[in-house]
Amino acid sequence: MLITCPYCGPRDVIEFTYQGDGNRERPQPASQDLDAWNAYVYDRLNPAGDHNEIWQHSGGCRAHLRVVRNTITHEILSTAFARGGHKSADNRAEGRS
Amino acid sequence: MSPRRTETGGRIDRLRTIRFTFDGAAYTGHAGDTLASALLASGVTLFGRSFKYHRPRGLLSAGVEEPNALVTVLRGEVREPNIPATMVEIYDGLVAVSQNRTPSLAWDIGAINQLGGKILSAGFYYKTFMGPVIGPLKGTRFWMFCEHFIRRAAGLGKAGTAPDPARYGRMNAFCDVLVVGSGPAGLMAAKAAADQGARVILADLEANLGGSANWSGETIDGMPAADWAQRMAAQLAGNDNVRLLPRTTVWGYYDGNTLAALERVTDHKEVAATGEPRQRYWAIRAGTVVLATGSFERPLVFPGNDRPGVMLAHAAERYANEYGVLPGQRIALFTNNDSAYRSAVALKKAGAAVVAIIDVRGDISNEMRRLTSDAGAELLAGHAVVATEGGKALTGLKVQRFDAMSGSLSGDERSIHADNLLMSGGWSPTIHLASQAGAKAEWDPARQAFLPPKPTQRWIGAGAFTGSFSTAEAIAEGRAAGLQAAGGAVSSGPLPVVEAAPGDPNPAPVFEIKAKGKSFVDFQHDVTAEDVRLAHREGFVSVEHLKRYTTLGMATDQGKNSNVPGLAIMAEALGKPIPEVGTTRFRPPYTAVSIGSLAAERFGDLKPERLTPMHDWHIANGARMYSAGLWYRPMIYGLPGETVEQAYVREARATRESAGIVDVSTLGKIAVQGPDAAEFLDRVYTNMFSTLAVGKARYGLMLREDGLAFDDGTTWRLGEQDFLMTTTTANAGKVMQHLEYFLDVIWPELKVTVTSVTDEWAGAAIGGPKARAILASCVTGTAVDNATLPFMGIVHGRIAGVPVMICRLSFSGEMAFEVYSGAGYGTRVWEALIEAGKPFGLVTYGLEALGTMRIEKGHVTGAEIDGRTTARDLHLDWMLSKKKPFIGSAMMDREGLIASDRLQLVGVVALDNRPLNGGGHIVEELDEANPHDSLGHITACCYSPALGKYIALALVKGGKARHGTRAFVSDPLRNRFGPVEIVSNHFYDPDGSRMHG
Repeated sequence: MLITCPYCGPRDVIEFTYQGDGNRERPQPASQDLDAWNAYVYDRLNPAGDHNEIWQHSGGCRAHLRVVRNTITHEILSTAFARGGHKSADNRAEGRS
Repeated sequence: MSPRRTETGGRIDRLRTIRFTFDGAAYTGHAGDTLASALLASGVTLFGRSFKYHRPRGLLSAGVEEPNALVTVLRGEVREPNIPATMVEIYDGLVAVSQNRTPSLAWDIGAINQLGGKILSAGFYYKTFMGPVIGPLKGTRFWMFCEHFIRRAAGLGKAGTAPDPARYGRMNAFCDVLVVGSGPAGLMAAKAAADQGARVILADLEANLGGSANWSGETIDGMPAADWAQRMAAQLAGNDNVRLLPRTTVWGYYDGNTLAALERVTDHKEVAATGEPRQRYWAIRAGTVVLATGSFERPLVFPGNDRPGVMLAHAAERYANEYGVLPGQRIALFTNNDSAYRSAVALKKAGAAVVAIIDVRGDISNEMRRLTSDAGAELLAGHAVVATEGGKALTGLKVQRFDAMSGSLSGDERSIHADNLLMSGGWSPTIHLASQAGAKAEWDPARQAFLPPKPTQRWIGAGAFTGSFSTAEAIAEGRAAGLQAAGGAVSSGPLPVVEAAPGDPNPAPVFEIKAKGKSFVDFQHDVTAEDVRLAHREGFVSVEHLKRYTTLGMATDQGKNSNVPGLAIMAEALGKPIPEVGTTRFRPPYTAVSIGSLAAERFGDLKPERLTPMHDWHIANGARMYSAGLWYRPMIYGLPGETVEQAYVREARATRESAGIVDVSTLGKIAVQGPDAAEFLDRVYTNMFSTLAVGKARYGLMLREDGLAFDDGTTWRLGEQDFLMTTTTANAGKVMQHLEYFLDVIWPELKVTVTSVTDEWAGAAIGGPKARAILASCVTGTAVDNATLPFMGIVHGRIAGVPVMICRLSFSGEMAFEVYSGAGYGTRVWEALIEAGKPFGLVTYGLEALGTMRIEKGHVTGAEIDGRTTARDLHLDWMLSKKKPFIGSAMMDREGLIASDRLQLVGVVALDNRPLNGGGHIVEELDEANPHDSLGHITACCYSPALGKYIALALVKGGKARHGTRAFVSDPLRNRFGPVEIVSNHFYDPDGSRMHG
């Protein structure tokens, strides 16, 4: 499997560390909504098909990437920096301000 | 020359004689021979004993698919079993032995199993050995009794026990076009792609490039096909952008057009050249793959089809044309298709008598009739072979009239005298790699074969692989595939002209002749047609179940010959067409792969060693080291005659009485810098860091997102925007990744960078009542008195001229300081401290004493922060800020995490004055015979010189409420039982008066 790091180019998967489901939404830090926290900490999508994932180029530039990968064919459909693009309540608040 | 060797022809060098042994007997062959061709030329017909019934077996094929003639090759003490004799190139001194026979191939005691054929049918093991124990002869217990004998009687070659001294290599290769298979299609593809300027790799599992051109006897561009192939290969070899890999089996097709291949570099040599590995593993990343892997001829299934002397038709043709060996003098052929007629003519030309061509089809074309007369053979159309005769070699066969439509036999049996029976049951494209690449094969009713699927990765098929069995088609498809793979335009230029025997590529849909006797489908695993039908009768309908129940296709050849006939028989039993029965997906590896090649240079201890800057000093000064993760750290600095316990007790006692020094360079160190560094630390740690003054340090605790404790350590504020975080040795990497994740993914708006600086700093912790006096005597540029360097204060100065950073913090509980210097100067500073400490009785101490003093103080480490404990469990709830949210704050107060009966950190004192063990359980009542109801377990233990007792830390249910109560340690594995008292984890100096000084 090859993942194309926006900095480093196409690199072997052995250089990357899987950092989990990229669809999780972190509640506001002060949120006391336990259901939302529970969903963020424990719920993971596990689709048979295209999956939005976070990978770290731990054996390279150490950037975190948002990778869309087909879990059946292992085809990498897209890669982008995770920075800024994460579905974080924090980010969205910041982004709109 | 041997009687079976032809006078001329083939690629062998008749002037060069090679000597080797097989089963201890000396043989000769010629350069270019395989073990199979050399033995066949020497008159050997018996090559092996079958897996289950120990039936005598000869050569079935001439290539990689060989199921019968498996041998073990010995090199010194090293034995490699289960290699097809067809794939062993002979060399002077080769030692090969046959397999699965006792005491010899000719006299095999296991052959008695043939008499028990009815009992040893499919599912024998399940039926005999599974289920409840009823009497002595059934069930699992009976299996355990019989297993030894059965394992000895059944099976293939024996693996050796000697370590393999051979070296294996590994190569990563990149190319625009990888061509797999070097027959006419592969050669054309490689040439076309290379001419376009593409970087090309051409791999073939055989020693000689050319594939079928080496034995087809056809003519290409007016020259013998074998010569044409040689010329093509020579041209390719002259191209800088082409790499030829003969003897290289591409065995795996993985994601992203990554392919795995095994190159047998020196297996064919008597002595390897300097630096040559035995085998080389290739990881090839290809832009496009051209699959030109050819096809396999299928056997026909009929009684006695496994007798030595019964062989695939093309294999005999190959032995004659490529190796100059006649597999028999009187040859009969049995076929369901046209290709065998060409084989008949070739064998006649090579000098054999072709007595008959038996064809299941009643209607034979005029072209085939002409080939029959060219071969001088009698044509028996509409006939089938119903029996073979002979023991260790074929003597004859019996035929009957056969109706291909109904499969019925009629008329009288007729005997034919022959010493070689060649069969052809049609051809199956070698689609293994395409199947591995991810798609399902498609059944073609005309070819009666599975054709490759539509590509799901970047590959293009060519030649027999696609079901185009003629050389002219292979050449055209090969060139087109090569051009397409290299991005070139379609060419209409002239193609090499092929002169070949005619033939219809479509066989008659006949796979089996049903007559009395054992008809083998899977030769290597001894699976018969009747076994397949038995599986059907017993309810196995899925092809996957059929495979597992009968073990069809599960031997080392992975069913290269047997898959399609097996499926066809199953389909007939089910009354369904073959495509509805389905086929199994091929998985890597295509052929057996040595474990050595997969490991290549990566064997032995693969962990990198991390050594602190003072490592050599520790060794030179008598430290006994042990490994902590990847690090090596001093355990004790033992004096002559001291036990480990005596050494650490002395070191800890001396530290508390005067002073001790320990290497703490292994602590994880992360520079956290930037305008938002303080804010970031507030979010990461449970306690506040934004309030920390510059020049001060603070102990911090991190939780995971789920609210459990993660890591602890001190963080030093070196400047307004500059922090130095320390982590535990074990968690340094994990904490770094944790911080990076939050900065990159969750809070990208924070202006913070984190940098691992673990290896940049050498650290020494010096503690004890005399520690300050020692520092005062050697530090220049700063005072170290209480006013200048208060508890958790930081100063900068010099030791032996080296700039150092000193923080007054304590893990040992004594007045203590951590001294950091640049890693390159670590030993110099360390030696200066040792020197300065001499008048004060300074000792060096190792991890054992460090652990002892931390247990006495009740500090936690990874043994207590074990991924299951919370801050409250460890009595660190005073660190949980209520003024701000932090990672884990929302989840840490969940019901289950605040329950009062959770395991909590306590101290334990042995009341019987005997050592405790880590992992020992704490129980309320002692029942040595029946240990139960654990309250918790011991996490760390030592003899405490400060208390004069054996003590431990433990995680105990509702531990805090049990302080002052009695319990017992129960450790049945080490037979340690005894009374203990549960106390606070703060054994020693609980108010910290010693470190505050």
